[in-house]
Amino acid sequence: MPPSDIRGSNVETTVLGADEIILNMGPQHPSTHGVLRVKLFLDGEKVVKSECVIGYLHRGVEKIAEHRSYQQFAPYVDRMDYVAAVSNGLGYCEAVEKLMGVEAPPRARVIRTILTEMQRIASHLFWLGTHALDIGALTPLFYCLREREEILKIFEKYCGARLTTHAFRIGGLQYEAYDELEKDVERFCQGFDKRVDEYEALLTQNRIWVGRTKGIGIISAADAIAMGVTGPVLRASGVEWDLRKAAPYAAYDQYKFKIPTEKTGDTYDRYLVRMEEMRQSRLICLQAIENIPAGPILGKVGKVLKPPPGEVYHAIEAPKGELGYYIVSDGTTQPYRVRIRPPSLINLEALDQMIRGHLVADVVAIIGTLDIVLGEVDR
Amino acid sequence: MNLSAIVAAVLAWPYLWPLVFVLVIVLVLPLVAGYIVLVERKVMADMQVRLGPMRVGPHGLLQPIADAVKLLLKEDIIPESADKAIFWGAPLVSVTAAMLALAAIPIGPFFQIADLNIGLLYVLGISALGIFGIVFGGWASNSHYSLLGALRSAAQLLSYETSAGLAIVSALLLAGTLSMRGIVQVQDDEGVWLIFAAPIGFFIYLVASIAETNRAPFDMPEAESELVAGYMTEYSGFRWALYFLAEYTNMIVVSAIATTLFLGGWLRPFAGTSLFNFLDFFPPLSLLGVAVYCLYRAPKQPVAVQKMFMVGVSGLCAVVALILAAPLLAPSGSFLAGAKDGLHGGFWFLLKVSTYIYVFMWLRFTFPRYRFDQLMRLGWQFLVPLSIANVMGVAGALVLHRQFGWGRVPSFGLSVIFTLAVAAYLLTVGENPPHTREGKEEEIAGNA
Repeated sequence: MPPSDIRGSNVETTVLGADEIILNMGPQHPSTHGVLRVKLFLDGEKVVKSECVIGYLHRGVEKIAEHRSYQQFAPYVDRMDYVAAVSNGLGYCEAVEKLMGVEAPPRARVIRTILTEMQRIASHLFWLGTHALDIGALTPLFYCLREREEILKIFEKYCGARLTTHAFRIGGLQYEAYDELEKDVERFCQGFDKRVDEYEALLTQNRIWVGRTKGIGIISAADAIAMGVTGPVLRASGVEWDLRKAAPYAAYDQYKFKIPTEKTGDTYDRYLVRMEEMRQSRLICLQAIENIPAGPILGKVGKVLKPPPGEVYHAIEAPKGELGYYIVSDGTTQPYRVRIRPPSLINLEALDQMIRGHLVADVVAIIGTLDIVLGEVDR
Repeated sequence: MNLSAIVAAVLAWPYLWPLVFVLVIVLVLPLVAGYIVLVERKVMADMQVRLGPMRVGPHGLLQPIADAVKLLLKEDIIPESADKAIFWGAPLVSVTAAMLALAAIPIGPFFQIADLNIGLLYVLGISALGIFGIVFGGWASNSHYSLLGALRSAAQLLSYETSAGLAIVSALLLAGTLSMRGIVQVQDDEGVWLIFAAPIGFFIYLVASIAETNRAPFDMPEAESELVAGYMTEYSGFRWALYFLAEYTNMIVVSAIATTLFLGGWLRPFAGTSLFNFLDFFPPLSLLGVAVYCLYRAPKQPVAVQKMFMVGVSGLCAVVALILAAPLLAPSGSFLAGAKDGLHGGFWFLLKVSTYIYVFMWLRFTFPRYRFDQLMRLGWQFLVPLSIANVMGVAGALVLHRQFGWGRVPSFGLSVIFTLAVAAYLLTVGENPPHTREGKEEEIAGNA
């Protein structure tokens, strides 16, 4: 937690000298997106300060990694950010590939890019639906889930699973793309632009929506960088930082796309950034399906993976921000240590600073706009 | 004393029909509220590309009954730290107040429990009492969520009752009576619904009534994403259902007030114009349409019981259609023909109330929720000044019309233009100030 006084005992006196109300939001609460607990110190309905309590969903993923072989651990990372499992898998597979000094073949890299971008759209759709629901708009959730369903169907056709996909393997792909993959992706992308317009028609110009999100939870670019905030939250503050451009991985260097940014870094800007990101992801998918190279889908990796002793850090731009894997190998078949940098956890640390001085109603809007997944925060 | 004399004596008893109406309302209202919930879920499903309840009965038609049974059988939990007596009684206050308000509302020229000469005042006063149930419940729960919900509810009701009251005043100026029946009578005599004389008053009342009944986008007191369930958080089982019943009854009450004041109550559209008499055939024909549709859908139901149920619903609609058609078919001057106003009046009244409630639902599923301070700002800085301007406009129009002999259209048109100008001024001046966090910036950042 960045500000030093949060755990301190300095109970601030309120306007009338009355005691603060301590409101325990969570761990069972409809809009903390899982089992997040936020202790709110309230003056009336104004938040004086807050304290996040996490760990209700801790499963020891990093420790489990030390007792599994490299391949065995791959499905576990899908369970961190379960809303964007494909992205998690991509980061892990590429990190191990980097450690071993192998590269996935071009065909595998393009298919990885397509699926990861589809996953980004799915993750953002889910975010939009739940965020709108938190602010009280009931209907966009179902529109978003309708489109997300189409993406999940593509995943299901590709690898048999919808949520925790384990779509990739270290060194490439396990499954060849099914015959209509391009057609399915294209059909989805063709209709999707109009669908995003539809969501925007419901929300972007809506007076209530603008009133609820503009100026709420502002975080400046300097603060965001100081706290290590990444992803759409950082870009909404005006920092043009996207690992897909800054340190290209998979096949991103082949495609043209823009990094959407905004200026003020409030909830409304983060909303705009994510909406534009969905459109850009759609464009990447459309470019990628035009030309999927032929060739093998799995690079030269043995059945037993024994990376040379050493360490590697590899980060990708997951839908929620920078997802990094730091892996230390001691030359055996099991990693010596895996450290995961989850974007949700780091972004959540900015919560206290963002909600101070706002009202209880804004707290749910700000938690929603951070787009956290507790499976990833707690690991 | 023979039988006919007894019957005559009973029929002559002045409290007979009110008593029957009371029984009907008390027995039927929970069912109606349950079915409004079902309709709401179906409307929501329709707007959200889903089917909604489909399991209990054909198209979920028995869902409200299943829900009621479930709620009755649930354990009635009273939290240990709650103030037991108040916790126990609070929902009763809410539901009683809501039901009592229905007493003065005329559902058709015949179906009315009591025609008070201060009917409107009574309805407003009694229905406002329901807030006590919410405040008591929120306080007695001894939970922060409940307390915040109850406080919000009280503040909200107070703020919006003001503008709703002023909107009603504009209608009262036009009607010149507080009797609910009298207000409809005036609209019949004048041949025009009051919504056309004071459209902005109707708009203000629409917004304020949504806020008063705590419905989205003004559902702060029970904002589920913020306060879990607001004042109802600690309630369960049937006590919770009573709050729900109160909420839906309140919806019916405000819709009935709006219908009576602005939408001509039980009057048919163009009631005074014989050219539009064919509209009399609309009530039976529309119900007949529903009956035919149900019959047409019946064979498509998957289970035999559901087929039978569908046929039953169809039959019920057909019977009601027949009842509504009877006065039209009977020879003029007969008893049945005389019952036309009573029967058709009820139909038109309920149709208008349903439409009004549908608008409630429509808004609920379209808009995000206001924040509490925004709600207050909207109430006090926009609606209250606007409703005052509206009262002034309507009063001015009446002066022009009655004292100076202006026509109705120019005088009331002028009042509408005046009120719209005020609205435009308020919108430009009262634009929400950019939200600023309270406190010094360094304190907020936590670096102080």
